[in-house]
Amino acid sequence: MATTAVRPRRMTGYQWRSLVRGLLFVSPWVIGFAAFTIYPLVSSLYYSFTRFDLLNPPVYLGLSNYVEIFTQDPLFRRVMGNTIYYVGLSAPLGVVAAFLMATLLNTRIVGRSVFRAIFFFPAIVPAVVTAMVWAFLLNVQYGAINATLRGLGLPTIPFLAKPSLAKPSLILIHMWAQGSAIVIFLASLQDVPRTLYEAATVDGANAWHKFWHITIPMCTPVILFNLIMGFIGGFQNFTLPWLLTGGGPNQATEFYSLHLYRNAFNYMRMGKASALAWILFVIIVTLTVLLFTSSARWVYYAGAEE
Amino acid sequence: MTASVASARKQPARGRSFTALVSAIIRHIILVVLAASFMLPFYWMVSSALKDDSQVYTVPPVWVPNPAHWNNFADAWLQYDFNTYMVNTVTRYAVPVTLGVTLSSAIVAYGFARLRWPGRDVLFFICLTTMMVPFQVTMVPLFITFRRLGWLNTYLPLVVPGYFGAPYFIFMLRQFFLTIPEELSDAARIDGAGELGILFRIILPLARPALTVVALFQFMGAWNDYLGPLIYINKDRLYPLALGIQRLRTMLAGVGIAPMAYSYLMAVSTVATVPILIGFFFTQRTFIEGISLTGLKG
Repeated sequence: MATTAVRPRRMTGYQWRSLVRGLLFVSPWVIGFAAFTIYPLVSSLYYSFTRFDLLNPPVYLGLSNYVEIFTQDPLFRRVMGNTIYYVGLSAPLGVVAAFLMATLLNTRIVGRSVFRAIFFFPAIVPAVVTAMVWAFLLNVQYGAINATLRGLGLPTIPFLAKPSLAKPSLILIHMWAQGSAIVIFLASLQDVPRTLYEAATVDGANAWHKFWHITIPMCTPVILFNLIMGFIGGFQNFTLPWLLTGGGPNQATEFYSLHLYRNAFNYMRMGKASALAWILFVIIVTLTVLLFTSSARWVYYAGAEE
Repeated sequence: MTASVASARKQPARGRSFTALVSAIIRHIILVVLAASFMLPFYWMVSSALKDDSQVYTVPPVWVPNPAHWNNFADAWLQYDFNTYMVNTVTRYAVPVTLGVTLSSAIVAYGFARLRWPGRDVLFFICLTTMMVPFQVTMVPLFITFRRLGWLNTYLPLVVPGYFGAPYFIFMLRQFFLTIPEELSDAARIDGAGELGILFRIILPLARPALTVVALFQFMGAWNDYLGPLIYINKDRLYPLALGIQRLRTMLAGVGIAPMAYSYLMAVSTVATVPILIGFFFTQRTFIEGISLTGLKG
């Protein structure tokens, strides 16, 4: 490690010692990075070009896993569509909901910390518990909502049992668990300098103008952050669909990470799973880079020029 | 429109305070309704945990079970071996991984925050970017490796990587360490303290709130983890709570629905949530500051 970091320029003894000392302190991470990130990344790329069922040694196949995924996998298109539907709606909707709730909490409110705690708490409940409770709550027969509807003689809503409703239901549960985003937004709202609002009031701006021209621009860095987290998290969403719907009904919630998990651990197709993982990786990196590039146009960094 | 503006101008104080009052009332009503709907799943969970089957399978639903069956908690918990699951979660997973992550992340963060050395910022940047690597990409090769090491059906694959620092927490701790005045370290250096001494005697005691956040987040992460144990643990004697609850569901509501299925499921779910609730209640401020910190500096 030391040899790679040392550049051709000659270093003084003091610099040498500080380099060695610095590397010693960060060495746990450097070793972990090599063992648990770099090595798996590289070997996953290798496995993606092989057929590997764990029992027999991997057989080199060239690109055929990728070819299969894009041309023969009967589910891939469905899975991709489901995932884009879910991520495309859940990430922005989650951000909007969290931002609006944080804005509401940032006004003069009696018992703000109680409300904040209530909105935050769903985010830290074990995912398994979230799944069990919502599965029962949304149950067609005896769930709280449908039993109430039935009691009133109204038609029931098959939240998780109907293909067209399953994804929206999962998005609803996602929006219920936006606690971290709310807390992050609230902190950034409280950081907006009061003087900006006072100056705007003097200039005759109303509440809507202030929200649109001060609050939102000042919060765009955090909006970007939460949006990226929402996208990355959405693509990797596993536990809730796995437990709540198991990918159904009629594969309406068979998302990318479920498909990947099944190929790896149910069908023992480690090579194909690795190829799926790399495709996912490329999608996530591309999306993040795109968001960052676009951010120059819509994200306002206080302290930067202009 | 213009008329109302004009009249508002005529009596500014009274008009403004009236609209302010109305808006405050509306905002509070919205918040109360929202908060109630956020709490609804939890209320449903706890109230269902107290029901018997005749109260569960009723239309319209029973909101306040009477009589309340408090013994459901003990019955479900003991009958289905949840003590084992909880002991597994805490002693095999949560405690060891929390110790490792907190300690190693603190040491690494110190190297990134308080020492000056060539290449530091490049490495720190790489460390941050690794947070972007999806779990799914490293999942398969890590499984293959840990399997070869004979680590299946142990918690080692979930615990050992923690001892090499976690980028998210390294980042959080670094941000916190940066706020500690450099003069404190300099004074200790003049007194002849080594860097490890400074870390353990000066920085860590001052960073206790940040360390608490890291430990708390990691403990909860392990307590809540489902996918990790799902991949590595197949023996029910070794299950953590998350898999135990899932197992109970397949046992009770898998094919036909067994007696007390929903009540028992909600009862163990409640018990699994209570420690999180207590931990959150007592550390709320630290907790929320921790979350805010990551977002703002991100």
